Amino acid sequence: MRTIKADLITKTVRDLCIDANYNLPDDVKDAIEKQCEKEPFDIAKSVLEQIKENYCIAAEDSVPICQDTGLACVFLKIGQDVHVEGGICDAVNKGVRQGYEEGFLRKSCVSDPIIRKNTGDNTPAIIYYDMVDGENIQITVAPKGFGSENMSQIKMLKPSDGIEGIKDFILKVVEDAGPNPCPPIIVGVGIGGTFDKAALMAKQALLRPLDVRNENPFYADIEEEMLHKINSLGIGPQGFGGMTTALAVNIETMPTHIAGLPCAVNINCHVTRHKTITL
Amino acid sequence: MKKKVEIPFTEEQALSLECGDNVFISGVIYTGRDAAHKRMIETIEQGNELPMNIKDGMMYYVGPAPEKPGQVIGSAGPTTSYRMDSYAPKLLDMGLRGMIGKGKRSDEVIESMIKNKAVYFGAIGGAGALLAKSIKKSDIIAYNDLGTEAIRRLEVVDLPAVVVIDSKGRNLYEEGRKRYLSL
Repeated sequence: MRTIKADLITKTVRDLCIDANYNLPDDVKDAIEKQCEKEPFDIAKSVLEQIKENYCIAAEDSVPICQDTGLACVFLKIGQDVHVEGGICDAVNKGVRQGYEEGFLRKSCVSDPIIRKNTGDNTPAIIYYDMVDGENIQITVAPKGFGSENMSQIKMLKPSDGIEGIKDFILKVVEDAGPNPCPPIIVGVGIGGTFDKAALMAKQALLRPLDVRNENPFYADIEEEMLHKINSLGIGPQGFGGMTTALAVNIETMPTHIAGLPCAVNINCHVTRHKTITL
Repeated sequence: MKKKVEIPFTEEQALSLECGDNVFISGVIYTGRDAAHKRMIETIEQGNELPMNIKDGMMYYVGPAPEKPGQVIGSAGPTTSYRMDSYAPKLLDMGLRGMIGKGKRSDEVIESMIKNKAVYFGAIGGAGALLAKSIKKSDIIAYNDLGTEAIRRLEVVDLPAVVVIDSKGRNLYEEGRKRYLSL
């Protein structure tokens, strides 16, 4: 049994909050750069150029890429052979508090959805715990902005709606969102499970690198097909028109009930942030 | 070609702009997003004065990140505008002539813009580090308790934006898409 001190979790979460908000992942940068070269529409190309300039400034000056530094979504994969000395939940929230304060990140969390008083330190974090084999803890911090989160949708389809129903729903969500979620977007899709699991899978799909397709060739083809269909809508970067509406469609699936076909679509903006460290 | 837009943002300037125009905005503008708008409208309904003069003025829908030592302001890109739609017509009726944000506006806002000869500008959402470079001075002037949502007076020089909806109600989100699809 390996022991990991809660303080180490705090420090790791702190560093990840700052790193994720300052430095866009390479796969997202690569996708934006490739699209910028291919984009045939002038205004769209100019928007993509400015998006590139922006993430370069953020990295160089060590400042947030976007002022919406998000709710801190923290995914923990905890090895069964690890003993954590101290409370994990408190350690994570302490890390978020430190990261958002010391990294000059915006505090965007309100303590109650109706009363809406800012908590002042961006806690509590949204935390997911997964038990896995081994004696490591993997921590991923994915700050999630709400311009795109607000444009996400979930639908309980009928089994008879099948894959065509899923495709229509994905396209409808992107069409409804239009310019609002800061395109070019990343489209995370969760299919199957229960109402809640579909939504979680859609969020986890946003953590997968944009150049990695679903390992099931059936869904890998659907991802490609949907990306093509979305980029034929003409919405374009920022909704000003153009080819580049989405950078990737990532689909995750799991078994579900004989009566159901849940489908969640979680939209993310071009500032799709996530950083991971394994302890 | 980029057009220059200056504050006070007069009716004449507003009428000269067309959807799709690239502009550089310079002068004094005010920040305000969800909570500040709610409070401004409450202030008006109570018969009190707003904390700033909005006649021929411009609001920037933004909640900036905190500034680091030596910075004027932290990253400061636009937030999604539709959440301010229920408040905007009232401010437009009072003389506000420009709004900077991102994303769609309601039919009511667009009708009010046509009536009041106002313009809706889009700044690039997610480009907060870049846009902050155009902000030369920033002071909180009201609602300090709202944190990032407080109203700030910003002095901007050549803030890059695009005319999304012009004073005749023409809309780049519709026209840009059509133009691309007809390529």
